[in-house]
Amino acid sequence: MSREQLRAGLDRRTVLKASLLAGGGLALEVLVPLPRALGATEKEGAAPAQLSAFVSIAPDGTVTIMSKNPEIGQGIKTSLPMIVADELDCDWSQVRIAQADLDQKRYGEQYAGGSTATTRDWLPMRQTGAAARAMLVQAAANKWHVDASELTTAKGRIHHPGSGRSIGYGEVASAAAAVPPPDLGTVPLKRPEQFTIIGRPVVGIDSARIVRGEPIFGIDTRRPGMLYAVYEVAPAHGGRLIKADVEAAKQSPGVRHVVPIVGNGDADSGLADGVAIVATNWWLANEARSKLKVDWDLSASKGHSSSIYQANADAAMAAGAGADLRVDGDPAGKLASAARRIAARYDYPFIAHAPMEPQNCTARFADGKLEIWAPSQTPQRGMDQLKKVFGLEPEAVTLHLTRAGGGFGRRLVNDYMMQVVAIAKAIPGVPIQLMWSRQDDMRRDYYRPGGWHSFEAGISAQGELIAFSDHFVTFGDGKNPARAAGFNPAMPPAGLIEHLRYSQSMMPTVVTTGALRAPGSNALCFASQSFLDEVALAAGTDLPHLMLAMLGTRREIAPPPGGVPFDTGRARDVIEQVVQSSDWAHKPKEPGRAKGFAFYFSHRGYFAEVVEASVAGRGIAVHKVWVAGDIGSQIVNPLGAENQVRGAVIDGLAQAFAGQAIEFVDGVVQQSNFHDFPLARMPATPEIEIAWVRSDKPPTGLGEPALPPVIPALTNAIFAATGTRIRSLPVRLKSA
Amino acid sequence: MRYRLDINDSVREVDVPPEMPLLWVLRGELGLLGAKYGCGVGLCGACTVHVGGAAQRSCQLAVSQVGHAKVYTIEHIGTTATGKRVQEAWLKIDVMQCGYCQAGQIMSACALLGRTARPNDAEINAAMAGNICRCGCYNRIRSAIRIAAGMEEESSRVA
Repeated sequence: MSREQLRAGLDRRTVLKASLLAGGGLALEVLVPLPRALGATEKEGAAPAQLSAFVSIAPDGTVTIMSKNPEIGQGIKTSLPMIVADELDCDWSQVRIAQADLDQKRYGEQYAGGSTATTRDWLPMRQTGAAARAMLVQAAANKWHVDASELTTAKGRIHHPGSGRSIGYGEVASAAAAVPPPDLGTVPLKRPEQFTIIGRPVVGIDSARIVRGEPIFGIDTRRPGMLYAVYEVAPAHGGRLIKADVEAAKQSPGVRHVVPIVGNGDADSGLADGVAIVATNWWLANEARSKLKVDWDLSASKGHSSSIYQANADAAMAAGAGADLRVDGDPAGKLASAARRIAARYDYPFIAHAPMEPQNCTARFADGKLEIWAPSQTPQRGMDQLKKVFGLEPEAVTLHLTRAGGGFGRRLVNDYMMQVVAIAKAIPGVPIQLMWSRQDDMRRDYYRPGGWHSFEAGISAQGELIAFSDHFVTFGDGKNPARAAGFNPAMPPAGLIEHLRYSQSMMPTVVTTGALRAPGSNALCFASQSFLDEVALAAGTDLPHLMLAMLGTRREIAPPPGGVPFDTGRARDVIEQVVQSSDWAHKPKEPGRAKGFAFYFSHRGYFAEVVEASVAGRGIAVHKVWVAGDIGSQIVNPLGAENQVRGAVIDGLAQAFAGQAIEFVDGVVQQSNFHDFPLARMPATPEIEIAWVRSDKPPTGLGEPALPPVIPALTNAIFAATGTRIRSLPVRLKSA
Repeated sequence: MRYRLDINDSVREVDVPPEMPLLWVLRGELGLLGAKYGCGVGLCGACTVHVGGAAQRSCQLAVSQVGHAKVYTIEHIGTTATGKRVQEAWLKIDVMQCGYCQAGQIMSACALLGRTARPNDAEINAAMAGNICRCGCYNRIRSAIRIAAGMEEESSRVA
């Protein structure tokens, strides 16, 4: 692609580059902040861009928009290009979307995590589209010798109402490339009522290929001469390789290579020890595993058992509060003097991500160059890790992003990428596809860590919550919590009451832990909103009304360092909405059937949910879930947004009552597949009713925040239905 | 061992061990990548194909057991009237999130509609209970089946 860079009207931080595509057409690229040198070519990759979008328009009017982020089912490959296309004012049918390779210098942040993309990219994507439109309009104005202000656009065409002339974008695209780009900070944007694509239900860009079974996922990658690999790791977390007898496995049908690999002992961010079996067919490689004879050093795994973790937690809670994380007012004094004091302990287990597509990655190493096809949520972290583990410079690596069969946070970690690269480096010139079996995936996850909470609350004679404390027992080295095992000091009711204490104790673990959809919140919400339900009932009210009373007047509460402000008004609105849409005041008459409520604020989203469930013996049926959510002024793609909410609700319900728990004995994971780590299935799926509360705030992400409240909404419903308080997940009812 | 398989109305020859599951013949030997690996033990349905007219978990069916049965995969299903209606219904309401399980879901749905033209909710639940969707698209899968069966307007709300 030849590039002629143009500039004009640039502000200090933002550059818009326009360039001619080979064969004519306009390409636009937004770079923030200013590249080192405006003359720097793309090939040099000199621009330290933090955000960019890339639009090209072909002479036939086809608009190609690069999708920069990994697509893991969250719909970003459709929704971000929708934002660009709307401000460009083209017709969605004209748009083609191409998946970008990893190149953060060119595209800016390329990751899928934390429900961050819409928050971060909403405005820049609009500016990108609007700037392209302005240049096309100016090109038409030049051609017709009229003022650009006399022109209008619609569906990829420019109109001059004064003369009745019109012209397609493709016809002026080349000329537009010679137009000075506008200042991104001042380029006019549409008013929301002018949107033609944003806010409309748009079918996912890959959906048609998916229903035809086309090969677009990581495991569908095929390269000439490719071989298939499995990677046998220690049976226990924390294990190390001593020696491997690989001769028998080498004789197994189809096996071409057996490669013991000594990693760097850093399972968390390095390369785990293992033995790779490489064969002509993945099943043949997997079959040969039974013929491996490997000695593992499992001494570090001893004692890392669920029963011991539980005993450690019990001891820590009995010993009193741990290290203070947050102390407001005089919690000890107010608890002591409260008219009524209640206490309870809550806990939840380790759980696995279990995305349907097991971890996998394809790589070819030859002549010092590495090419990778990765379903990763964090490809740049993978790139950084390649340098750390193998000394591979980014210039030597080409990393293609494939669609991922689910992420849920599992693919934030790139352990499988390190493994396949280790194998590919041992067998240069041959493309290698590593795929884990389901058992591998279940046993070598970066689990949502288990945790324990010891709560106390003080209630005044007037029925107000006046003091609150939580002693959180988690995993860590004593100084820092393990990955995704930390506490959120802003967890409600923090900031809403005067006297509060949050403290923490830690125990070590050899188990790898990590972020799972709505990390932290998925567990903290269960524990805290369940206990607050207890508080509400003890105070003679119910949880939605206790929350409304505590939230008080509409105001913004400043966050702890690095956090996000909490808007009590937005919280009130979603609570009031769900109270209304679920007809909360109306209690089901059938015995054993009731509603439960919970609220949470996570990932910038405000969600209140009500679950109606019934309990008969040990059986739980969820009949309906009402969701009220506020993620700002605009839902980008309602079709995708509703899917994210439904998916989060179903995911949360499965965490609560499908029976999900990962357990350890001396570091060995006891679960292995969907029979002992069950996922949600269709028969248990309730009706889900969604109400959007539209605040005037900029839109934010939706991959995560709808999940946390559904878990305590269910457990609170179970209490209302049966009188049994669920203080431990997963829900396991005893027969009545 | 050499096997002659009747797959998507063409004869395909493979030379593989008799125990190799059909899934790994499709994916590894024949380049038919639509059927997916999810669990390897018949618990998730991602590998569902039609064998002899019935939905089968291809990870649980050894190649030596296939014999002369006609095998149809997701790559072929769009050429059948039911398959086309199901694919269109899936797209009308955009059932999927990640999409990985959907080939298996569609194959199970087509098998259901092949034997029960107008299934009720209990029949849909029973037929689809073996297909896991980790993203939780079940409400829309139900709706799409009803749309494909002509029992629900495409414009009706997805519940």
